[in-house]
Amino acid sequence: MSRALGLVWGLFDTLLVLAGVACLVFALLHLVPGDPVAVMLGESARPADAAALRHQLGLDRPLAEQLGGFFTQLAQGDLGESLQQHRPVTTLIGEHLPATLELAGAAFLIAVAVALPLGIIAARHAHHWPDRLASGFALFGLSVPNFWLGPMLILLFSIYLGLTPVSGRSEPGSLILPAITLGLSMAAITTRMVRSTLLEVLAQPFIRTARAKGEGESRVMWRHALPNAALPLLTLLGLQLGALLAGAVITETVFAWPGIGTLLVSAISQRDYPLVQGCVLLISGSYVLINRLTDLLYGVFDPRVRGL
Amino acid sequence: MRIPWPAALILLLWLLMALAGSTLSLQPHNIQLGGILATPSSDAWLGRDELGRDILPRLALGAGASLLVAVVVVGISAIAGTLVGVVGGYLGGRVDRLLNRLMDVFLAFPGILLAIALAAVLGPGLENTILALSLMGWVGYARLARSQVLSLRQREHVQAAIALGARPARVLFRHLLPLTLTPLIVEASFGVASVVIAEAGLSFLGLGMAPPAPSWGSMIRDGVRYLLVAPHLVIAPGMALVLVVYAVNRLGDWLRDRLAVQRA
Repeated sequence: MSRALGLVWGLFDTLLVLAGVACLVFALLHLVPGDPVAVMLGESARPADAAALRHQLGLDRPLAEQLGGFFTQLAQGDLGESLQQHRPVTTLIGEHLPATLELAGAAFLIAVAVALPLGIIAARHAHHWPDRLASGFALFGLSVPNFWLGPMLILLFSIYLGLTPVSGRSEPGSLILPAITLGLSMAAITTRMVRSTLLEVLAQPFIRTARAKGEGESRVMWRHALPNAALPLLTLLGLQLGALLAGAVITETVFAWPGIGTLLVSAISQRDYPLVQGCVLLISGSYVLINRLTDLLYGVFDPRVRGL
Repeated sequence: MRIPWPAALILLLWLLMALAGSTLSLQPHNIQLGGILATPSSDAWLGRDELGRDILPRLALGAGASLLVAVVVVGISAIAGTLVGVVGGYLGGRVDRLLNRLMDVFLAFPGILLAIALAAVLGPGLENTILALSLMGWVGYARLARSQVLSLRQREHVQAAIALGARPARVLFRHLLPLTLTPLIVEASFGVASVVIAEAGLSFLGLGMAPPAPSWGSMIRDGVRYLLVAPHLVIAPGMALVLVVYAVNRLGDWLRDRLAVQRA
């Protein structure tokens, strides 16, 4: 397949997955047990209000027409209106997105800064104490949920030591604890990935050749192993970046960080379903796009992939 | 390689706690107004919560809840996912393409997001938690089983069985499925850890177990409000959660190395 054709196919494929995601998110509203309008307005709602809301959500129309309308709106970049705040969902998301991007970006940087050196050290000294230490840290990081790590960090650094703000985004330094909380599990997963990818590369014949030529271990690592491990690691990092957006939902709740996650959780508790749909669609849509972009980057960096 | 004893011991303790929670007549809802936020003592070993309830029996009930959810969810999603993956991978063609698309759509929801969305519309409760987590979990097993079958169906013994006229069902269940089991078992052992975290996460967001049924996640959620005055409310369920997840992950690593499985 030629490269252009591959790109077009990739684009079509991405659109198809996004459409499937949209269908599933559309179906969510119809999964609400009983009458979603009654759930949203409460038992004491007046019939006229219920009818108006039903009309606003399009629930009074046939299912196929609703789905069609949902996709038409979506194509126009319209995610409907929040039931509680009476403002467009896209506006609300726009207001909360920068905070989430800031948090996810910082967490990503922390994770990479911790995981790369640890993973390299672990692979370089596989099955010896530096590896045990790094792998032990990784296993610990995997096992600590962010909704517990967050409160523990607040307890230690904010309450006992008084070094950082407890929550919110208004004070300087308020990014530190949320970013560490969100970054730790990614750092743990990435450490394991860097280690196992490097170990796989280090088992290849060309590494043996390099060693046989008398090259030192650090030259083998930096010159031969790392460049060859870079591409699979790129894909894994892309996957992780998308997963950070989902992890942000819980981390933001812990720290009252005013991002998409807090928006989603408050929408859930207020039964503001259009806003829930919008947030879920945004997070999973970005996840899909980030992954596809990483795949594209793969092709840019590795000439072997282009021909496929 | 020897079994990691500390991890196995923690796991055993988890089972015992869950068992104690469901068999002993504990009184997790017993409110004692004099003991509100009491610190650990000989009266209540792990202290009392904001309603003066003893934390230890609540921890035991939470252990039961997390164990039940983990076992049921991993069971359902492993069986359903394996079936989907094995059938798609074996039949190929249109069925496989369709199932593969479906998997792509489910994989498009990162982490716990799909379960959050589902639990949000279904409402809290044990059954809904199980449903939401199973709908999130099956796809990992499906993808793994499919890739296994794709590589195994070219094996000689499978080709021989087909040549001898074995029906698809027989080829699948007798010749393919047993060989895919090892990586699936390893995957399921890590699955237990992620379901335990996910259940606690949903409960932390108020989307998991319905109150007053205790769950480690909701105990952390309720305790956070008293972090300043009574941190033991958060520390106790959190430690339990971390230890269990650590032990399961550690044993998963051990199992994987022992069975020499390459994880997808």
